[in-house]
Amino acid sequence: MSFIKPQFHHPALPKNKVGYTKADYEGSISTLCAGCGHDSISAAIVQACYEIDLEPHKLAKISGIGCSSKTPAYFLNNSHGFNSVHGRMPSVATGAYMANRDLIYLGVSGDGDTASIGMGQFVHAVRRNLNMVYIVMNNGCYGLTKGQDSATADVGSINKEGSENPFQGIDLCSLAIELGATFVARSFSGDKHQLVPLIKAAMSHPGFAFLDVISPCVTFNNNKGSTKSYDYVREHIDATSELDFVPIHSEITIDYEEGKSVLAPLHDGSLLHLHKLAAGWDPTDRKSVIDLLQTAKSAGDIPTGLLYLDMNTRNLHDLMKTAKKPLNSMNESELCPGGAVLEGINAGFR
Amino acid sequence: MSKVKINDFVIRFANVNGTGSASANDMFSKAVFRMGIPVVAKNIFPSNIQGLPTWFDVRVSADGYLGRREEVDIVVAVNPQSFKKDIAAVRSGGYLIYDSTKPLHPEFHREDIHFIGVPMMQLCMDHYNEPRQQQLFKNMVYIGALIELLDIELEVVQGIIRDQFKKHEKLIEPNFQAIDLGRNYVKAHYEYPLPVRVQRMDKNGDSIMIDGNTATGLGALYGGASVVAWYPITPSTSVAKAFETYAKRYRVDPETGEKRYAIVQAEDELAAIGMVIGAAWNGSRAFTATSGPGVSLMSEFLGLAYYAEIPAVLVNVQRGGPSTGMPTRTQQADLLSSAYASHGDTKHVLLFPANPAECFEMAADALDLADRLQTPILVMTDLDLGMNFHLSPPLKWDDNRKYDRGKVLNAQQLDEIKDFGRYLDVDGDGIPYRTIPGTHPTKGAFTTRGTSRDEYARYTEDAAAYEHSIRRLDKKWKTASTLVPKPEVYRSRGHALGMIWIGTSHHAAVEAIDLLEQQGIAMDGLRVRAFPFNETVEAFLDEHKLVFVIEQNRDKQFRTLLVNELETAPKKLVPIQNFDGMPITADSILKQVLERVGEAEVSR
Ligand SMILES: Cc1ncc(C[n+]2csc(CCOP(=O)(O)OP(=O)(O)O)c2C)c(N)n1
Ligand code: SF4
Ligand SMILES: [Mg+2]
Repeated sequence: MSFIKPQFHHPALPKNKVGYTKADYEGSISTLCAGCGHDSISAAIVQACYEIDLEPHKLAKISGIGCSSKTPAYFLNNSHGFNSVHGRMPSVATGAYMANRDLIYLGVSGDGDTASIGMGQFVHAVRRNLNMVYIVMNNGCYGLTKGQDSATADVGSINKEGSENPFQGIDLCSLAIELGATFVARSFSGDKHQLVPLIKAAMSHPGFAFLDVISPCVTFNNNKGSTKSYDYVREHIDATSELDFVPIHSEITIDYEEGKSVLAPLHDGSLLHLHKLAAGWDPTDRKSVIDLLQTAKSAGDIPTGLLYLDMNTRNLHDLMKTAKKPLNSMNESELCPGGAVLEGINAGFR
Repeated sequence: MSKVKINDFVIRFANVNGTGSASANDMFSKAVFRMGIPVVAKNIFPSNIQGLPTWFDVRVSADGYLGRREEVDIVVAVNPQSFKKDIAAVRSGGYLIYDSTKPLHPEFHREDIHFIGVPMMQLCMDHYNEPRQQQLFKNMVYIGALIELLDIELEVVQGIIRDQFKKHEKLIEPNFQAIDLGRNYVKAHYEYPLPVRVQRMDKNGDSIMIDGNTATGLGALYGGASVVAWYPITPSTSVAKAFETYAKRYRVDPETGEKRYAIVQAEDELAAIGMVIGAAWNGSRAFTATSGPGVSLMSEFLGLAYYAEIPAVLVNVQRGGPSTGMPTRTQQADLLSSAYASHGDTKHVLLFPANPAECFEMAADALDLADRLQTPILVMTDLDLGMNFHLSPPLKWDDNRKYDRGKVLNAQQLDEIKDFGRYLDVDGDGIPYRTIPGTHPTKGAFTTRGTSRDEYARYTEDAAAYEHSIRRLDKKWKTASTLVPKPEVYRSRGHALGMIWIGTSHHAAVEAIDLLEQQGIAMDGLRVRAFPFNETVEAFLDEHKLVFVIEQNRDKQFRTLLVNELETAPKKLVPIQNFDGMPITADSILKQVLERVGEAEVSR
């Protein structure tokens, strides 16, 4: 059996600047559990892409394995997708990005996929500063294999079977900052208001943009005592800022408040307006972000929002000095040195 | 004095690694090459950087036999650590040329060989002040001694030195002087030249002397690879390095400095193959180079690429087993692990080059085949081919050649066709059409995944859809057997006996066939160049009563592939093996065949 969403397009559905309706950004019908946080994130991706007037074929979706990694089938049916192998999305994304620097790469992963089996690849994708959006749909467990604790489960969190996790949880945001990620945000699948602008900003960021989105697993990790349940997250969430994404050519209508606001231009001409709610923290200063995260951790808070931003970023192609023209569009004349050159090479081996 | 042997001997250089001996030894084999005499060199080196024994065997063969030969006529011994072994290696009547700075211990003496002492270190200490110089020029001193002893043309060696130090002209004169130290010593103390020596010929034509890995890297460059991902591992590292060296020369815009290639040293082999797969999925030609342990790590991804039908090129420069030590020796022991790498029903196309020209050709062909067949292609070389200098036909490129990008639909084609299904077998050859991300705003997008999909790439767990899809992959496999390089029939005279081999077993095999013929045992030969096996391979096995299968592994892996894929009666396939880490020799094939022929009482 295969699942394809019936396409009833209302002729009067509004179109965005590039002529697409919101339905054009949707995917096949989700097969995830009803209420799964991952579906809300998919919806936020659809919303964000529609609103930033993205042409769907200019984006490629790449994922690993897990319930979370299945979601690329549930959004952006007009974009190519690659549901690869467990924990290896970063390498596939790296290769894809090497081949064509002009697409937007949206990597989707789970906490198991990223923080355990794929930790090595995640770490290296960050340090190479791939120009991509990397979303971890973080539910603190392995959904697809029926609820085992993951490496992001907080110490002391109680799973569905009632056992308490004795191990330290990995904070992927702190790690990403440590490794030199240039855009690091945390959000919650239940907070569309915050998540959509974050995704939009991440897509406009010219380097590695990391989004750790807490996304409760209703089936295996939404119980009392779990620190990744809807209830727990709602109670402990602490937005550090409000974010407005100001697309290219729009008029800036937000009041710019000295000391409380950060206005950052993105490479495509759009603007990020960040209104700080948390005190004593500067999202452009790595050290102060780490402090914020450490303080929140001891207080049991979950700081969300755009945590860290570095606009002076040089992505992998900049670092490697690759041609502006995508490599995948080059032909013999650009790639093959030709027979005469080979004759010269042969002569050097005589 | 022993009998005269011209252009037909083996000389072994016994050195300590990290002392600069490699370049002197290369100089020696190159001099023989430039004198028009067929020559082949084998470097036997340890798994470390400095301080352990290495050996460099050069075989000079007027008849053009380029396999290794066990019998050593001359040993140049400059490593006291291995004196005992090195002296024992000299054939009776052969020569030991050694550093006589310190007197040789009497226990090393042998009555049946000639000892030629040259005080190499002493000469250097008398002439050079710095220890490093003394060390390096010591190598040139023995080259000088060999020039007189073996009658090598001085101008040829001088020419090589001039070429080598083109950019450091200051070094040319001192090297000439060091050579003269050795020459003069020999002239003053010994009768020269020796009966075993060289004499100019004209047998090398337009051939080149090149290592397989450089040729492979160049082949990938010419074949249009633009993305390379790799993880260092001996003996494959120099493939990626060669690609990069030449890409820097020929793929960089001279004005902007922009590169028309991207190369990443990955965090491990899993990531390397993942990058290759991601790039190929996204429409670039991509390759990785590795060795057995790397293939093991890549195996999950190879399965994905097989099922998801993604082109990927992997160069496997085979070496001895796991860990460190044996890995700096050669083997052909990854046949099964490469052919059937991964989980589920998977099998992969393998190409078997036998010389550097073929490394070049097959690296480029592999990129075409990967695109055409939409599957991983593994180029199976080995340490012997990859890291040693081989006499090879020149590398050739036809400027009219167009890259075969296979069945890729562009935007216009997508507009024209009625029904695009990524996994539809439109042409009946098992190969579907694919699209590259970003091609068309509304058509041709699909999600790539492993097995759970229908012909339109829609997710399904339907059993019939799965079966249909993997049966089609088998059809594609049949198509592959018609597209891969055909075997080379070495001899086909309708004999009852046959010999079959792959890759670097070639030189030993053809020499063995000649030797066997001299002993009255005639047989036909076939060199297989690819897996899946082309129909000629099956016909060859059918036509011969007994077929000797040359293997450079313990488990008869080539034979297993033949039995498995062609359902040949196993009894008829007689394994001839060598798996000690050294390239197989004609003598060893000869010996094993004679034993088996005796056993089987096969009529002559
Ligand atoms: C190599 C390999 N090992 C194990 C698995 C089994 N497996 C599938 S999904 C998964 C965990 C997924 O967890 P996560 O990434 O957190 O995704 P979630 O389902 O929670 O969204 C595992 C272990 C696999 N597919 N491949
Ligand atoms: S098991 Fe959990 S993560 Fe998977 S779909 Fe169900 S709720 Fe979502
Ligand atoms: Mg999870």
